[in-house]
Amino acid sequence: MTTKPLTLAEKVWNDHLVVKGENGSPDLLYIDLHLVHEVTSPQAFDGLRLAGRPVRRTDLTIATEDHNTPTLDIDKPIADLTSRTQIMALRKNAEEFGVRIHSLGDANQGIVHVVGPQLGLTQPGMTVVCGDSHTSTHGAFGSLAMGIGTSEVEHVLATQTLPLKPFKTMAINVEGTLRPGVTAKDIILAVIAKIGTGGGQGYVLEYRGSAIRALSMEGRMTICNMSIEAGARAGMVAPDATTYAFLKGRPHAPEGQDWDEAVAYWDTLPTDEGAVFDAEVNIDANTLDPFVTWGTNPGQGVSLLDTVPDPETFTDANEREAARNALKYMDLVAGTPMKQIPVDVVFIGSCTNGRIEDLRAAANILAGRAKAKDVQVLVVPGSAKVRLQAEAEGLDKIFTDFGAEWRFAGCSMCLGMNPDQLEVGQRSASTSNRNFEGRQGKGSRTHLVSPVVAAATAVRGTLSSPSDLPELPPLTTGIATLGNN
Amino acid sequence: MEKIQVFTGTAVPLKRSNVDTDQIIPAVYLKRITKTGFDDALFAAWRGDSEFVLNQEPYKAGEVLIAGADFGTGSSREHAVWALRDYGFKAVFSSKFADIFRGNAGKQGLVAGVISDADTEALWAAIEANPGVGATVDLVNRTVSIGSLSVPFQIDDYTRWRLLEGLDDIGLTLQSQQAIAEFEAKRASFKPKTLPAKGV
Ligand code: SF4
Repeated sequence: MTTKPLTLAEKVWNDHLVVKGENGSPDLLYIDLHLVHEVTSPQAFDGLRLAGRPVRRTDLTIATEDHNTPTLDIDKPIADLTSRTQIMALRKNAEEFGVRIHSLGDANQGIVHVVGPQLGLTQPGMTVVCGDSHTSTHGAFGSLAMGIGTSEVEHVLATQTLPLKPFKTMAINVEGTLRPGVTAKDIILAVIAKIGTGGGQGYVLEYRGSAIRALSMEGRMTICNMSIEAGARAGMVAPDATTYAFLKGRPHAPEGQDWDEAVAYWDTLPTDEGAVFDAEVNIDANTLDPFVTWGTNPGQGVSLLDTVPDPETFTDANEREAARNALKYMDLVAGTPMKQIPVDVVFIGSCTNGRIEDLRAAANILAGRAKAKDVQVLVVPGSAKVRLQAEAEGLDKIFTDFGAEWRFAGCSMCLGMNPDQLEVGQRSASTSNRNFEGRQGKGSRTHLVSPVVAAATAVRGTLSSPSDLPELPPLTTGIATLGNN
Repeated sequence: MEKIQVFTGTAVPLKRSNVDTDQIIPAVYLKRITKTGFDDALFAAWRGDSEFVLNQEPYKAGEVLIAGADFGTGSSREHAVWALRDYGFKAVFSSKFADIFRGNAGKQGLVAGVISDADTEALWAAIEANPGVGATVDLVNRTVSIGSLSVPFQIDDYTRWRLLEGLDDIGLTLQSQQAIAEFEAKRASFKPKTLPAKGV
């Protein structure tokens, strides 16, 4: 018998099959890691309590606080009553059910998708779930990582399994070399603009090709993070030496003989030669520009060198209508060069771009430069550890010297569940992942950008790329060596 | 979960495409920790607008929503389904749903049926010709009808079976307890555990 060549996603799937579904019923899959946060878990724990069920595997479950946590005055009681209620409920549930939790003030507190990889809990070939759509982030390690709903959170807590239907697979081939100032964020914004916000529906995306292999783990996480914005159920990158180097020595990474066994297994995961994807998309990395969104969904993006598109040029009637609505909401006029759009706020953070490498990339541009007048700049590390690391490297000083606000870790202005919100009509350049109406506060207007575009925008006050900035006089402080993004 | 077979309820035309879950229920409502009582949160940003369909008298009692393409995209929040359910909706039809939304709907006893774009238009026309008219959802035969217009909808066999039987997920899975235990016994030892905690 010859074995059929398989894709990465199919291999991970097969290795977690507990019960194969018959007659249209789903497969039952084992879940290796369940990440929990305060927003989507209270009702799930409530359900367990009602049914008298325990958490089946507390040792495969971990909780942290992120969506509601304030980024200022974290030592004071949380002012907002509902935010406080959700966080207190999580703490109580974690204690009652024996789940490990990293609370506000703890060095491992932070955005759930930053914390998992940082602790080395996210590893290749795993199934990872969380009641949060951006769980796709963890696919960067070659794990099958999916966002789930609260009912499913309860299901995983109770059974450590999930009934799932097999997905279709899509290869996203990104070949070539990125030009200076073009980053992982621009790749994924270009992918979404190409396939649309519904283009990945029903698919697990595998990002492949030389441009993906050349990315750091942080960059791969940025890309996998936004798979959900293309409608996909998950995004993955095959593990390689970059993955192993990132994992080695992390608190929960395998050690000694376990490490060798793990690597031997991980090496078997990449998609086999000759495996067939249900769909393929090709992206030329050589020609990519920095990408920005102009509309109210992440697929409504263009090159930063472009202009606001004219809705009347869209051939699809739905897209035309969506573009008209978007321009109205965004208060933009077709034909305006993207680089002339002024912003009120620059937000650097989120599970898309709130990791140390992102902060380094931004700091590298802000160092020695001055902030545009009247622009508020918020820098919010993805986790408390990222914050500590940034401070150890002196990045906080660069940010505050520039005139930015250096905050504590959390989701912050990515979705404005905490006090970090835009005011009605305010416009942001944001390194987060969603530009929906009202996402960053009622009436907020969001342009999604990469960290380096966010930084350049903070300098000029209008959407800008680093190449728009005048050269700095030679540096004397050594910060020029920061980062490599 | 209640068994669902055939029911009739007030039909509501939601003539917008790409209704994401932030529109169905804005993030601010996610702060609640209960599983019910989200009726006031449904389409909260639009409810202030008197032109909005649910603010118009015959549609206030809506139970069957006919929406444009790409319904339920964006955030995975199950609250979107709770809000629809708590408001009184028992079924939503669209030519395209986000996967997570459709999965969540099935688990909460909300029928999410896929209809063609042409049938969406036809149903909208039938409702607008007779505002307040009831739509009959027949899960057994997978049809939705208004008056003499009857269109087929798609729903996968498994979700349909569960809705017809009113079965809940966890109970079903726990029938496979033994298979789960056997799988666990064979898991590789190098797989990470969160406990005992390291790196703290
Ligand atoms: S940073 Fe934003 S996208 Fe990421 S988990 Fe938090 S709210 Fe969700």
